Amino acid sequence: MNLRVQLRPVIFIALLLAAWQIAVSRNPAHILPTPFGVIAGIGDLLRHGLLFKYVVASLFRVTWGFTLAAVLAVPLGLTVGWYRRAEMAVSPLLQIFRPISPLAWIPLAILWFGVGDSSSVFLIFLACFFPLLLTAINSVRNIPSVYINAGRNFGLRRSELIYRVLFPAVLPQLLIGLRITLGVAWLVVVAAEMIAVDSGLGFLIVDARNAGNRYDLVVGGMVIIGLIGLVLDTAMRSLETVKSFRWAYSTD
Amino acid sequence: MSAEARPPADKAKLRADHVRMVFTRDSKSTPVLEDISLDVSAGEFVCLVGPSGCGKTTLLNTMAGFLSPTSGSISIDGELVRGPDARRIFVFQERGVFPWLTVEGNIAFGLAKLSRAQREQRVAHYIKMVGLQGFEDAYPSELSGGMKQRLEVARALAVDPDMLYLDEPFGSLDSITRLTMRGELLRIWEAERKTIVLVTHDIDEAVQLADRVVVMSARPATIQRIVRVDIAHPRDISSPRYLELRDGIFEQIGLAHKI
Repeated sequence: MNLRVQLRPVIFIALLLAAWQIAVSRNPAHILPTPFGVIAGIGDLLRHGLLFKYVVASLFRVTWGFTLAAVLAVPLGLTVGWYRRAEMAVSPLLQIFRPISPLAWIPLAILWFGVGDSSSVFLIFLACFFPLLLTAINSVRNIPSVYINAGRNFGLRRSELIYRVLFPAVLPQLLIGLRITLGVAWLVVVAAEMIAVDSGLGFLIVDARNAGNRYDLVVGGMVIIGLIGLVLDTAMRSLETVKSFRWAYSTD
Repeated sequence: MSAEARPPADKAKLRADHVRMVFTRDSKSTPVLEDISLDVSAGEFVCLVGPSGCGKTTLLNTMAGFLSPTSGSISIDGELVRGPDARRIFVFQERGVFPWLTVEGNIAFGLAKLSRAQREQRVAHYIKMVGLQGFEDAYPSELSGGMKQRLEVARALAVDPDMLYLDEPFGSLDSITRLTMRGELLRIWEAERKTIVLVTHDIDEAVQLADRVVVMSARPATIQRIVRVDIAHPRDISSPRYLELRDGIFEQIGLAHKI
């Protein structure tokens, strides 16, 4: 990619920021802080050591909730997908749980885990568990039977078939599922922190508003959330370029 | 004319004995194979031809042990077939290569029990045989259809099976690649003398390749006729004998060979 193409989004963002600055300074109602105000706000947070602390708190919760969900949902989903009867038994229940927003669990989460890290971890876990379970089940169901038959033809035992055919065949789909779910977890952590805890980026946003209408900090928090979300997604996406996974993503 | 000679019973490599197959779905049963009896002798090249959807592939899957017949039996070397076996490899067009493995990884797939040195030597041998040198580390998505097809044949041959089952192996290839691949398959068959059962809907292909062509009827499939192709390889596909045999099969299936 040449430099001019790479610069295009940068120029576009700069133009938007300029428009934002001009629009706000011409309108004295202060419905939005200026870009410089937001940068100054983030600077404030950095000076007080709050930014780092809140980012770490949010990432900590996401890591635990997401990891627990992945560790439980992926093996369970692969097993359920492998055994057709198990899938038929589990599927209706899943279809009921899946459309319930994880935020609807907030009262129960607080009742069971109190206000603190564990209830937000629990909410993130729930938000990740059901989509991951479904992804894992479907990834097994979608393996073309020709791969399984070929594996059996070469005399693989069941354990070898799982290790040498099932895992590599489902991995690309699982990776996509994990990437999307991590994005969901990052969405949910903000909501969970608005209610269930007193730290983290979600808490920052609510707290900045409640304690003196610091909208520069509110928007600053939003910007940080967006940037970290982008980093997480890019990191997961980079896994998709590994050569032995890439077959599933090519349009060929 | 075509002889209906069967090899003597005791020399049969594969024997299908009154095989019937009925598929049941939504409490509706569809008979697919009707009383199929066929002997294939060791080292023989047999082609199954018939109208599309007649059950040729079902018969091949039954011979390979992926399906078990509703009644009747398949036996190989006098032993009842109960499932797939590494001594008889099924080639699934080019769809069967594992896309997560390189060319080398695919060919070595069935060789886990060999020592590293033996495995490497075997892989190199078959890469050379199917002309994939230089593509050892390529993934299937980087290969053409014909190369994937050759890769799957190489993977099958690498485990040194007694038998190969090929299901319309060249169906998805362009006509030039198809001709080349037929030549390659014959060369490999002559060099390694495997027993080969090949399903095709292409009557020319069957008469060019097979020792015997098994002509099947529309579903439920029965064996209509078995044609022995008594022409030595390499076959002259404009010779009167070739045309006579081919046109006989076209007639049998009910197609006039004219456009």
